[in-house]
Amino acid sequence: MERIEAIQKITEQLNDELIICNIGFPSRELYAVKDSPNNFYMLGSMGMASSIGLGLALAQKRRVVVLDGDGSLLMNLGSLVTIFNQKPNNLILVILDNGCYGSTGSQCSYASTVNLSRVAEAVGFKNLFLFWNEIDFSEILNINESIFVHVKVEKGNADVPVIDIEPEDIKSRFIEEVIGR
Amino acid sequence: MKDSSQTIYQALKNAGINFVVSLPCVNLGKLMEMVECDIDVIHVPVNREEEGFGICAGAYLGGKKTAILMQNSGLGNSVNVLASLYKLYKIPIIMIISHRGTEGEFMNAQVPMGEATTGVLDALEITYFNPKTPEDALKLISKAVTHADMESVPVGILLEISFW
Repeated sequence: MERIEAIQKITEQLNDELIICNIGFPSRELYAVKDSPNNFYMLGSMGMASSIGLGLALAQKRRVVVLDGDGSLLMNLGSLVTIFNQKPNNLILVILDNGCYGSTGSQCSYASTVNLSRVAEAVGFKNLFLFWNEIDFSEILNINESIFVHVKVEKGNADVPVIDIEPEDIKSRFIEEVIGR
Repeated sequence: MKDSSQTIYQALKNAGINFVVSLPCVNLGKLMEMVECDIDVIHVPVNREEEGFGICAGAYLGGKKTAILMQNSGLGNSVNVLASLYKLYKIPIIMIISHRGTEGEFMNAQVPMGEATTGVLDALEITYFNPKTPEDALKLISKAVTHADMESVPVGILLEISFW
């Protein structure tokens, strides 16, 4: 499965969730698949997606879905430990794992030799899901605990344009969506 | 003379800070306990300061007023997140920084980062204040929070060894 296909399958099954999306092509692909004020696109600070998602989940009640990557999770692996300890009941951490740094030329990441699901399990995550082909969120959306979703995807990026929204506008419309109602 | 930790805590409360992340420093221990015991403040201990900035950015998107408690070494761990998340998107935060490696430092190893600290803040164009006494801190933290909110930027409060 290509990553953009995984993003499409996930967003089709979501309702009103807030999405924090990782820097680079993942954000561009989400933007191309389904732009929404519910989406916060990262344009920098690689590694911070799961942390931003945790802070947002702790700050308010709506469910938060983080679309993170294997390389960026490895850059901030301690985040798993913090999420496990804080136990937000409204956070779904999705790792779109292509085993490489896809936005910089597909250099291998250590996720090609280390199973990130088993890392999450060792940290203490109880709700673990692994998808290779089909993605089914029906059970996931009925769990009110922190959830780790591992999605294996192929290397490569879709041919999609850059995000033509200014960072401050991405932020403002997201905040309006979260607290403006 | 007022208690230094109590004053910082009071200044943060006065400013409406309701979400705090922290990494310990020997000088921040009492303040961290006060924040932890306050049921109106969400307190998230973190593993690395950079992660703490990520968490606070998310909390800000969710409507919280945030602060980070850290040693100045943590500033060095957080340069990229301050530039490519906070500066890029214009996100405010109050940074309560225990400034080690300043006058009275007993550990030589703290000196290099201690000396680099203001240069790092200057390079990031981050405004900072340097209160010398608790009375000073009460005024300057209030001013810092106003500046952070008005400009949507991080603001530093550098607390040297002699402050505590």
